[in-house]
Amino acid sequence: MRFAGLFLALLAAAGEQPERVVHVVARRFNYSPDVLELQLGVPVTIELTSADRDHGFSVPDLGLRIDVEPGKTARVRIVPGKVGTFEFHCDVFCGSGHEEMAGRIVVSAPVAKGGSGGGQAR
Amino acid sequence: MGSRTRREFLQIAGVGGVVFASGLLGACARPGRPDSGPAAGDDFYFVQLSDTHWGYKGPANPEATVELPRAVELVNALPEAPDFAVFTGDLTHTTDDDQERRRRMSQVREHLARLRVPQLRLMAGEHDASLDRGAAYQEFFGPLRYSFDHKGVHFVVLDNVSDPKGILGDAQIDWLSKDLEPLPKSAPIVVFTHRPLFDLKADWDWNTADGSRAIDVLHAYPHVTVFYGHIHQEHHHQTDHIAHHAARSLMFPLPAPGSQPKRTPLPWDPSHPGRGLGLRDVDSDPRLPAYRLREIPLGTEA
Repeated sequence: MRFAGLFLALLAAAGEQPERVVHVVARRFNYSPDVLELQLGVPVTIELTSADRDHGFSVPDLGLRIDVEPGKTARVRIVPGKVGTFEFHCDVFCGSGHEEMAGRIVVSAPVAKGGSGGGQAR
Repeated sequence: MGSRTRREFLQIAGVGGVVFASGLLGACARPGRPDSGPAAGDDFYFVQLSDTHWGYKGPANPEATVELPRAVELVNALPEAPDFAVFTGDLTHTTDDDQERRRRMSQVREHLARLRVPQLRLMAGEHDASLDRGAAYQEFFGPLRYSFDHKGVHFVVLDNVSDPKGILGDAQIDWLSKDLEPLPKSAPIVVFTHRPLFDLKADWDWNTADGSRAIDVLHAYPHVTVFYGHIHQEHHHQTDHIAHHAARSLMFPLPAPGSQPKRTPLPWDPSHPGRGLGLRDVDSDPRLPAYRLREIPLGTEA
C-alpha cells in the first residue's frame, strides 16, 4: 500500500488544536506558499482558503484531496511518516493556467538527537 | 471493396500501421447485435483528432491558427473518406469570457464543416466545458454523452469534463450500465472520452477520479477499446483486456508522463514546426484480431 507509513485525517471538528498550522491560499493559478516544508513525524494542519473561485488540493501520492471553496476554510491534518517530496495540484478545472497550479510538500527528517527515531507509521 | 482499395493504397505507400491486440476479437461474428443491419460486420475506418485548443495563444505553438485547417486538409486528402471523424475533446482553448468561448466554438464549427466525412462525432474537453458545465458546448455541438452503433460496433461517448472535478458521476455510471445492458457480452465496444479513465499520472491530473467505476462496468465485456485525448501524445495502455489509446494533439505536444517535473508543453521547435502533432486513423477490419492504428503527423517529424 503506497500510503503505508502516512497517517492522514481530515479534521472534522474545529476545536482540535493541531501542533502546527500552515496557511495556504489558493488562487488562479497558484498556491501561496507552493512549497510546504514538513518534518517527519511532526503533525501539521494545512488550512486552505480560496481567494477567488473553486479549487482543489490533491496529493495523489498521499491519497489525499479536498475541495477549496471561497468563503470556507478547508483543513487537512497530516502526520508525515515518510521522508520525500509529494506533489500537489489543483484538480478542479479553474481556467487557462489550471495545468500550472501545483506545488509540493517536502518532508524532511528531523535533526538527529542522540538516536531518536521517526518515520514510523502513526 | 472500397476499404480494400484503401488498404492496398496503404500497402503501396508502405504504411502498415500498428495492430493492438484488443477490442476487435469477436467482431467478425457479432452475434445478436440488435442493430445489425446489412452493413453489420463490414470493415470500416474512422479518424481520431483531438485537443484542437482553438483560441490558444502562446509560445507552445506560434502557428496556432493553421493546425486545424491543416488537419482538415489532411483528412480530406485521405485516399478514401473515413466512415466518420471523431474529435476527443478540447475543441477550444478555455476562456473566462462566455462570448469569446462561443466565438471560438463557432469558428471551430466552421472549420469542421469543411471536413468531407459522412459523419462527425464530437465530445467536450475540460477546456470546452468545465467552466460553464458544458452549457456553450451543448449549444454548438450537442449532447455531452451519447452512444451510437456503426457496422456492428457499439460506440459510447463519455463525459468526464463538464464536472470541473473531472469525474463521470453516479448518474453517468448508471447511464453507461443501462446503455450496455442490451448488448451481448461478445459485442465489440468502443469508448470515446477525453480524460484517461485509468490513473495514468494522477498528479498531473491525467486521470478520471471515478474512472475505475466505468472500467468496472466495461470489464464485463471482453471486447472493449477506449480512445481518448487530454494528454496530447500517442500513448497505449491496457487495463486487463481493455486497451486505452491516447491521441496526439492538434495544438501542442505534452511531455511523456513523468519525463519532466511539470506537465508544461514541449517547446516549439521552429526547425520542425508542428512536430509531435497529428491525428490517427483507426481501421476496423473484421479479419484482424484488433484495431489497426496509423498515426498521421501534422508537422515535420524528422
